Amino acid sequence: MTNRAGRETLLFAGLAVLIALVFAAQGAAFGTRMLVEASCLAIVALGLTIQWGYAGLFNVGTMGFIAIAAYTTVLVSFPVNGAFWTSNGPALLGKTALYLVVGGLLTYAMSQTHRLGLPKKFRTLLALIAGAATYIAVSGALGEAATHIEGEAGFIGGFGLPVWVGWLGGGIVAGALGWAMGRITLGLRADYMAIATLGIAEIVKAYLKNADWLTRGTLTVSPLPWPVPTPAELGFVMSRAAYLSVTAVMIVVIFVLLQRAWAAPWGRMMRAIRDNELSAAAMGKNISRRRLEMFVLGNVIIGIGGGALITFSSIFDPSSFLPLNHTFLIWVMVILGGAGNNLGTIFGALFVYVIWTMSEPAALFLFDQVAYWGDRLFDWQAPADMTTRALQMRVFVIGLTITLVLRFAPRGLIPERPVKYE
Amino acid sequence: MALLEISGIHAGYGGANILNGVSIAIEAEEIGVIVGPNGAGKSTTLKALFGLLSISKGNVTFEGRDVTNTPPESLVKQGLSFVPQEYNVFPTMSVHENLEMGAYVRRDDFRHLVDQVYGFFPPLKDKRRQPAGELSGGQRQMVAIGRALMTEPRLLLLDEPTAGLSPLFTGEIFERIVAINAAGTGILMVEQNARQALAIAHKGFVLAGGQNRFTGTGQELLDDPEVAKSFLGGEDQP
Amino acid sequence: MTEVDLLTALPVREFVFFINKGIIAGLIIGSIYALGAVGVTLVFGILRFAHLAHGDMMTTGAFIALVLTALLPGAGALVGLPTAFVLMPIAMALTALLAIVLDRWFYRPLRQANVRPVTIVMASVGVMLMMQGLIRLVFGTGTRPLYVGAKDIYRLPVGDGFIVVTEPQVLLFVFTALCIVALHFFLTRARLGKAMRAVSDNADLARVSGIPTEHVVRATWIIGGALAAAGGTLLALDVTLKPDLSFNILLPIFAAAIVGGIGQPYGAVAGGLVVGFTETLAVFNWAILLRPLKPFLPDWVELPTQLALVPTEYKIVIPFFILVAVLIWRPTGIFRGSVIK
Repeated sequence: MTNRAGRETLLFAGLAVLIALVFAAQGAAFGTRMLVEASCLAIVALGLTIQWGYAGLFNVGTMGFIAIAAYTTVLVSFPVNGAFWTSNGPALLGKTALYLVVGGLLTYAMSQTHRLGLPKKFRTLLALIAGAATYIAVSGALGEAATHIEGEAGFIGGFGLPVWVGWLGGGIVAGALGWAMGRITLGLRADYMAIATLGIAEIVKAYLKNADWLTRGTLTVSPLPWPVPTPAELGFVMSRAAYLSVTAVMIVVIFVLLQRAWAAPWGRMMRAIRDNELSAAAMGKNISRRRLEMFVLGNVIIGIGGGALITFSSIFDPSSFLPLNHTFLIWVMVILGGAGNNLGTIFGALFVYVIWTMSEPAALFLFDQVAYWGDRLFDWQAPADMTTRALQMRVFVIGLTITLVLRFAPRGLIPERPVKYE
Repeated sequence: MALLEISGIHAGYGGANILNGVSIAIEAEEIGVIVGPNGAGKSTTLKALFGLLSISKGNVTFEGRDVTNTPPESLVKQGLSFVPQEYNVFPTMSVHENLEMGAYVRRDDFRHLVDQVYGFFPPLKDKRRQPAGELSGGQRQMVAIGRALMTEPRLLLLDEPTAGLSPLFTGEIFERIVAINAAGTGILMVEQNARQALAIAHKGFVLAGGQNRFTGTGQELLDDPEVAKSFLGGEDQP
Repeated sequence: MTEVDLLTALPVREFVFFINKGIIAGLIIGSIYALGAVGVTLVFGILRFAHLAHGDMMTTGAFIALVLTALLPGAGALVGLPTAFVLMPIAMALTALLAIVLDRWFYRPLRQANVRPVTIVMASVGVMLMMQGLIRLVFGTGTRPLYVGAKDIYRLPVGDGFIVVTEPQVLLFVFTALCIVALHFFLTRARLGKAMRAVSDNADLARVSGIPTEHVVRATWIIGGALAAAGGTLLALDVTLKPDLSFNILLPIFAAAIVGGIGQPYGAVAGGLVVGFTETLAVFNWAILLRPLKPFLPDWVELPTQLALVPTEYKIVIPFFILVAVLIWRPTGIFRGSVIK
């Protein structure tokens, strides 16, 4: 036990030294920014460790859940756009919603007509027709509304509510999307869930990128309101430090709640399901339901982290969500730190993010040297896009880290603690 | 020299031992039957000797060679064959292809063996183009045994060949097993239908708690009142 | 009415447009999906995991073909076919080799350690990222043509329109068809091919029968890798080559494999075509087919100029919805794939 505690102390001490070095080398403004981003990603990583470490669910779509939560945060907390509310936009959107509700009800009614004695084939046909008609009507109305809003008001703006409401809303929306996904894939093998989450992430991104009336698309939305004074008021270091204190409190709260839940009977049941599905099922546990709970809870936390991340960046740009930064980097954090161990996950998030941030200048320096010596020694002309290519090296390293950790340290640097049963 | 000799093996799943010193010996062209209550380690014995579970203590010799912890691929080449209790056919492949897969390790012409299997199990001949997964339980069992015969094994291991079959099919399978044995193949099988199985056995082994309890010829065990009382159920059972 | 009259009375021009933009385009992309999906389904059936790096294997194959084309630019002229196509067999062999090496280094150790299948899926994510990183490091992120020079175009006159097919498209059809026939004979006639089906059916029983699983695994990677390289090269010949191809193609090929039923190569081919056609027809502008009706309609009816079921920018939604629909209603796929659990 002391051995383990010693190891944890050593790892965190090493991390502290590393962070101190970054502060010394790059300055406090850079250092605080890095720490805030790392803390937001740590929240996301905690959500993922619930899904993967606790429940064994393979979610490769964190980017999608982060993006949708980030947008929800923007919608809730961005100032009200008066031009939108005075235009015909709300009415047109209301019409679209009405079509959707009526069409949805009609489709549902058609799908139940077999109760009236209609043959099943007819029922399916009617339901399909109703569904198609609804789709055409809704997409037509939405197109009209979108054109109008984009022309009159740019985009719909936000509700101007406090930022924390936005983060919470982001968590709830991400959780709701997770619920829908989970209903479809949780009964099947983990592989299917991986593919489905990969797909949903791309779809969320495609939608946010193209629905200009909702998100301003590639025009981006900024500046996003902060829950603490902004750099313009307090200067970079102080405002970022204030932000960091908010995210740090969030991490502590989530951490404590998770630890307690994990030690409680609920956590014991979850471990039982993960470690021995068959016997847990034999004991009458509803496995799919419990897994769904885990998946939704994980996504809520991922969403909250995503909201905090976007608010800090102060700009909502749908194209800035990348599978690499918002899915795979987080995966490395979780499995390197120790899936299923909250402390390990937080350590992994901070450690990986520091390395990740510093790897950019390091990769550029390395490739500059390569180009320089290549030119001097072999008369080799480096390609013009050398810098963008150099950064691709980091993709390779992320991939390599995943495979190496899985093979040589499958339990991570701070492995899950075996829980003793009295 | 015994065809197969298992001496005091210990084996189990993930640390927990199920077998605590099981010994079994049968001669060439004999039928050996392992009986015993649930959890006695009957199937585990077959799996351990066929290299599907690792043996932590004791050893297995086949035709005088030490084959302890030899992988199944190599045992098949040495003349052993195993029919698992469940999932023992390739369901989407035809009956004929199932037999071909049984003969995968041989490179020579094995058409006469296919005919031999159809000779043992005539119903299969008409169904040889049908996917094995579409056959009845009894016929699937025939495909499974036929597949195992394609290597011309000197010893055939059968794990509960009559499990889940109706009494009619059970009798038929036992008849075939006797016929296969008469054609020169040694047989070691685990059976729940203990009386019927011991009736055709040259040697019987009663296991309980992962150890040998009684050993003798099939008839001796059937006649032993102790065995009958503890392991064969009521006297009047068929 | 004779046939000629019928032809002139019908909206031939629109019909030809539909053939070109709907049917031929769907067939092309469907064939490419099929080539990828066959590999996915074989790996899934035999090794029991979703190989997420398959899209990158396709791109890697295409880039290998690109390098070979640069090294031996004259090879095509010798036989009068595109150079990349002539050199494709070499690219296929090299990609097959790469697939085996990747398995040795990254998947086999995990398999032997008896990890959960999902851990191997994750390792394939790692491999995917490594391949992506390396490709972009070496070739940059830009777009490159793989077809050198102007494409030969075949025009088949129908009425006053033309059905247009390019040379790479013809090669693609012919090659895909040949591959599927060859695969069919391999799986139903060859000893190793049958062993692959046996392992896919029941891996434990295959082992008990003495079928060497590692040989079968190797054969799986060879076929999967070779077909992936072919699919990637042909796709790059038809459009252009860029590293992003792999990510765009991943969801469709998995949707195709699942639609067809896991472990069912013919199902994967059918699934590829289903996904390809659905995708193409969903973004097809059906308004063009309505245009000939215009003279018969009262003036107040205004025909829409855009009538696609799904806007092009949401194309990725279609394979996803096919996937979800199949998972909900028929998780074993249309060809009844292996038991999924």
